[in-house]
Amino acid sequence: MAKTSAKKSEKSVEDLSYEEALAELEGIVSALEDEQNPLEESMKLFERGQALAAHCSVLLEAAQLKVQKLVGESVIAFEEESE
Amino acid sequence: MQPSLFSSNHLTVSQITFHIRKQLEGDPTLQDVWVEGEISNLSRPASGHIYFTLKDKNASLRSVMWKLDAGRLRMNLQDGMAIEAHGKIAVYEPQGQYQLIVNIVQPKGEGALYQEFLRLKAMLESEGLFDVDRKRPIPELPRVIGIVTSQTGAALRDMLNTLRRRLPLVRVILAPSPVQGVEAPPALVNALQSLNQQNPDVILLARGGGSIEDLWAFNDERVVRAVADSKAPIICGVGHETDFTLCDFAADLRAPTPTAAAELATQTTVDDLHSLLDTYQTRLASLTLSLLAEQKAGISSLISRLRYVSPERKIQSDIQRLDELSRRAFSALTHRIQLDVATVDGISKRLHSLNPEGILSRGYAIITRKLDHQVVSKISQASGGMTVRVSDGEFEVTRKS
Repeated sequence: MAKTSAKKSEKSVEDLSYEEALAELEGIVSALEDEQNPLEESMKLFERGQALAAHCSVLLEAAQLKVQKLVGESVIAFEEESE
Repeated sequence: MQPSLFSSNHLTVSQITFHIRKQLEGDPTLQDVWVEGEISNLSRPASGHIYFTLKDKNASLRSVMWKLDAGRLRMNLQDGMAIEAHGKIAVYEPQGQYQLIVNIVQPKGEGALYQEFLRLKAMLESEGLFDVDRKRPIPELPRVIGIVTSQTGAALRDMLNTLRRRLPLVRVILAPSPVQGVEAPPALVNALQSLNQQNPDVILLARGGGSIEDLWAFNDERVVRAVADSKAPIICGVGHETDFTLCDFAADLRAPTPTAAAELATQTTVDDLHSLLDTYQTRLASLTLSLLAEQKAGISSLISRLRYVSPERKIQSDIQRLDELSRRAFSALTHRIQLDVATVDGISKRLHSLNPEGILSRGYAIITRKLDHQVVSKISQASGGMTVRVSDGEFEVTRKS
């Protein structure tokens, strides 16, 4: 049990990309559903899950389509023409 | 040939015209035919029907397009225009004229293009390029979407707006390419290949609507093969709903328009993600609540078991016993005291009856010698000064005889 918790990434929630945060949140929910963890660890999982969900929500709200353009081999920012 | 006055072939104009009509309209090749020619004498009366003559160097053919079909025309007919008209030959009896009833018109050359399209399609199909088991699934939640289209067209704007509205989380990499003209096919192939090196999750290959010539680059064998060879799955959205190109067949998914292609690439929208998050949050909260409730129930069962085995119970019962003992001790003591009190009372009464004062009050006296306070109870003892004690006091006497 101590081993599994040590294995889990303890990267700060703010540093996670949306996909990483969502994947970890999925993992936490199924861990809470399927596994028998000590109460203290469950509460920690819950808190981290809450933080992950909040982080995802913030990322969703703030998301802005990033448009780039391929020129030869390199990728540069693409300026859309205004109408 | 000599005319025979008595021939049985003796018909009225109506009869012969009807006969000709039957001949022409009964011929299947004349009832489903493409005719190539140049438009002249174009006329559009208020009825909505269109009349013109199709002609080439040596012949002309009167043609009419009824209002219903004329309304479906995708091009503006003009005198001098070279076209291919599809329809059937009919006879207009009042004028004794045959004419082409046109239902479809397309620019000249399109028919040849279509033949080429069919030939190429059959060839690539036989190679297995369009096989269903080659189709790859479109990722539900792409992170990088590649777009191959013209940098200036409305198609790009439509797709970017759609992506922005549905899934602004994605990164878009545009590989611009001309989408029509002779330079388009090699440029499209190059765009697809360099875009694949960026490992997008899905590629949108798109172009807005246009004529069949405009869309022709998407029927080019090189482009179709590049689509089939693409590492990333491709959604093809070229032209309008009704336009099919060979790229549509080679792509992993066909979209009727560029906008639809962008929609198909974003099956999961930002709204879906929001509600997914809500679900997770609810599950997380209810899981934790039930976990806590479970723990609480466990604790309260432990508390009641603990209470049962607690020394407190023993202490309580000891206190009770102590109380009982002390009550019994007290009552025993009280009883004892009451007994003693009664005894003392009896003794006191008896004592009282023995009190000399009582005798004195009945007239007896106690005489004591002053000298040695000896009680005088015999004559021999009476000598010197003596004290006589009676009930209310003492007085002194002296023996005289």
